[in-house]
Amino acid sequence: MKTSSIIILVAIAAAIGVLLMYSVDFSTYDTISSAKAKPGKYVHLIARLDKSKPIQYDAIKDPNYLSFYATDSLGGSTQVIYHNTKPAELEQSDRVVLKGKMEGNVFECDNILLKCPSKYKDDKKQLEKTVSQY
Amino acid sequence: MKFEGEHLLPGQVGHFFVLLAFVASLVSSIAYFYASAIKNEPEKRSWILFARGAFFIQFVSLLTVFITIYYLCSHHYFEYLYAYKHASKELEPRYLLACIWEGQEGSFILWSLWHCVLGSILIFTSKKREAPILSILTLAQFVLLIMIVGIYIGDTRIGSSPFVLTRNEINGPIFSQSNYLSFIKDGIGLNVLLRNYWMVIHPPILFLGFASTIVPLGFAYSSLNSKDLTSWVKPALPWTLFSCCVLGVGIMMGGKWAYESLSFGGYWAWDPVENAALVPWMILISGLHCMAVYNSTGNALRASYFFIILGYFFVLYSTFLTRTGILGDTSVHSFTEAGFAMNVLIGIYVIAISLPMLVLFVVRYKKIPSIQKEENISSREFWMFIGSLIFFLAALFIIAITSLPVYNKVFGTKYADPQDREFTYNKVLVLVAFIVGLLTALSQYLKYKNTDKKYLIKKMAMPLIAATIISVLMAIFYPIEYTKKGPGFLIAIYLALFACIFSVIANAAYLKTVLKGNLKAGGAAIAHLGFALMIAGMLISSGNKKVISDNSKTGLFLPFDKDPTGREPNDPMENLTLVKNVPTQMGNYMVTYVGDSNGLEKTRVFYNIHFKKTDSVTNKVKEDFTLTEDVYQMRDNNLSSNPGTRHYFTHDIFTYISTTSVKNNSADTAQFKIHEMGLNDTAFYSKGFLVLNNVLKNPDSGRFHFTPTDTALVADITVYGNDGTKIKAYPALTITNQQINFIDDTLVRQNLYLNLAGLTSDKKFKIGVKESEVLTDFITLKAYVFPYINLVWAGLLIMACGFIVSICRRTKAANYITALSVLLVLAGLAYMFLIANA
Repeated sequence: MKTSSIIILVAIAAAIGVLLMYSVDFSTYDTISSAKAKPGKYVHLIARLDKSKPIQYDAIKDPNYLSFYATDSLGGSTQVIYHNTKPAELEQSDRVVLKGKMEGNVFECDNILLKCPSKYKDDKKQLEKTVSQY
Repeated sequence: MKFEGEHLLPGQVGHFFVLLAFVASLVSSIAYFYASAIKNEPEKRSWILFARGAFFIQFVSLLTVFITIYYLCSHHYFEYLYAYKHASKELEPRYLLACIWEGQEGSFILWSLWHCVLGSILIFTSKKREAPILSILTLAQFVLLIMIVGIYIGDTRIGSSPFVLTRNEINGPIFSQSNYLSFIKDGIGLNVLLRNYWMVIHPPILFLGFASTIVPLGFAYSSLNSKDLTSWVKPALPWTLFSCCVLGVGIMMGGKWAYESLSFGGYWAWDPVENAALVPWMILISGLHCMAVYNSTGNALRASYFFIILGYFFVLYSTFLTRTGILGDTSVHSFTEAGFAMNVLIGIYVIAISLPMLVLFVVRYKKIPSIQKEENISSREFWMFIGSLIFFLAALFIIAITSLPVYNKVFGTKYADPQDREFTYNKVLVLVAFIVGLLTALSQYLKYKNTDKKYLIKKMAMPLIAATIISVLMAIFYPIEYTKKGPGFLIAIYLALFACIFSVIANAAYLKTVLKGNLKAGGAAIAHLGFALMIAGMLISSGNKKVISDNSKTGLFLPFDKDPTGREPNDPMENLTLVKNVPTQMGNYMVTYVGDSNGLEKTRVFYNIHFKKTDSVTNKVKEDFTLTEDVYQMRDNNLSSNPGTRHYFTHDIFTYISTTSVKNNSADTAQFKIHEMGLNDTAFYSKGFLVLNNVLKNPDSGRFHFTPTDTALVADITVYGNDGTKIKAYPALTITNQQINFIDDTLVRQNLYLNLAGLTSDKKFKIGVKESEVLTDFITLKAYVFPYINLVWAGLLIMACGFIVSICRRTKAANYITALSVLLVLAGLAYMFLIANA
């Protein structure tokens, strides 16, 4: 190979490498308490819906406002506000992945990923539950 | 115990053929390996004949297995777990095939059936390469079949058969009764997310794409295994073209499906599952270009080997990502957790095929011919190689970020997706699009070995000027309005758009002026034109995608000093609530939810939504249409929505339902509460208060048109809601033939019924107020406009045709065959992408 080509190749590879390095700002999976420790930082919370506290959603008044409480396995708890419609299966979810950031005492969430029993029909336990209802 | 009503024979037949296919594939593989090692021609021949016999036995066996599964599903034999899990009685017949490939086992059968079809073609066409290629293919077949063989070695079960019985797999009290089948009224059925016609088409095409990647690998193996390290490229090229074509089309079918039905709000979301299929395609494209370079110049043979072997490795890696549940928290696709068994299987696959290939490549590396003389910088092969390298690096970038859950698993870290996942990919790939756009524009005009600079400048001038003019005109008259990521990214979008327009024009001009319309020689130019058009369509449609259901722009909400919900002005408001029969402004449209009806499937509800656009000056109706979108409302309140889309030539209006009111059939038990009110008196209700402004006798205005001979009273009431709303209501009372009739007024949004119940003795008015407990019907809607989305699909179609033309040219097909295949592919794809769901 001629040196010129090698230089061009290396330059392109380096440029893409640099782009890659500076461009990716990964978020992290956090618990509620560790998210509270870094307010304003974008995190992923793995939590569950706190069924003892009210879910506030009134589509007629404002379809883009949902408020509920989430807890995690370490006992942390926070209010969550989501400016979008209420996912229909929220109440049935086992586990939620909340993406957003803590602002004050509220977790401002911009994406909710639900883990619902109904989606895992390959899950044997779920099938057994279904079968035992016959 | 004897169980009643079971049909055990089909399952036994099915499992027998699974085992037969499993054994036959192993026998065939060993025989082919043996044959490829033997020099003695007659002996080799007899081994090949034997291997072929085994191959066709497993082909027929697998077909039988496939048909048996179909039979179980279509007859609703729920004693079989596979039918119970994937089929249900309400399912429309066209989804029965989809039941088969919804499950892991069925999709592996689909994959191995494609292996059989491709293998049959290779047996008759690959001549002296038959033994080595088929030995690899049947080995892959054997590994795939481990997954469904379902036999026990000791206490460990190897693979899971699609013919296992529900009662053996699931614990439940009903299975201790001999008549348990009479309790299972229906199967679980196809996941509602997957009930779409793309579910019938997309998996077979995608699996054909995946399955076909073993063919170039087989050719590479056939040469690494022999002394002849060079002659494999020529016969492998059409197969690589075929792989790239089918896999590319399959991937974009997934995009179209996502666009049409999965309510991701677009055709590409950089979801890990999408990326996992894209990456092998990109590496194969790199391999394809290197092979083309080798074919014409003798350069890049080592790179060809490398990319083909690596491309296949990434097919396996993508299977690992999508099927082992490792993506659990990062992907919206609800893939099932197959867990340990699947990991083992893919491990075996890599160890059996990819690793030995890589080792063979490294061992033979020095022997692979390569030209020491440097490529000229003005040669086509140099820039093709650069393009391949960029595509390859882009693929590595994509897979590096997509593999985040794998790093977390391996290193125990807790990294998660970046805040804006799409932008993370887009900001790098927009530059890749720019470079690749320029390269595809330029490379056709470059000549192998060396290009005359004057020729190049002369030929490139016109396309370059035209592309510049078009880009500038676009920037002025139809600017990209994607400003939320700052001016740097917007400039990058414009650069990429310019490069793509340049490429479209340059390739079109190449077809016209250089090839003089000889389309048969222009496969590459056609494919590049299509690719550039597709990317341009993506840049435009995504850059100018608009959410038109955005409340904050329609001014529906009154401005507050302080929003009671703590809303801030920049919080997103992308959903719009539509109360039944209440017209609501959305963008330029007046939208009304006019009604709903049930479908054939028990949980499916269709909603009719009427759109009307009137000219603001002349009041003339410009557009008037009704979209029907549907929602599956499932047992556990799970909701799955199929969008309604209005297609125009230049744009799509795309809407889907994000929430529905829960149907409540209980009777309205609320009672009217009577307030005795004088004029200007105030009464309270739970969410505000109301004022009786006036009571009119026989008015002739608004919705009432009484004449002086009538006896009618109309109350003029203003309702003030807590949320700042102010609405007028006019309940009325008429007397005809000594009968009193009440005309109540309903304020739907407030769930408030008002009634003028009469007069009291002290000249006050009785105003009945009822707050209904029964919710009114409403839906919330999300709506987008995708401009010029058809460019994306048109680009894909053109690209596919380019591949077909190239395949025909490389296989020296007759002209009429080329024309016929292009026409067939074009018609088929145009129907699927542009007509079928329009």
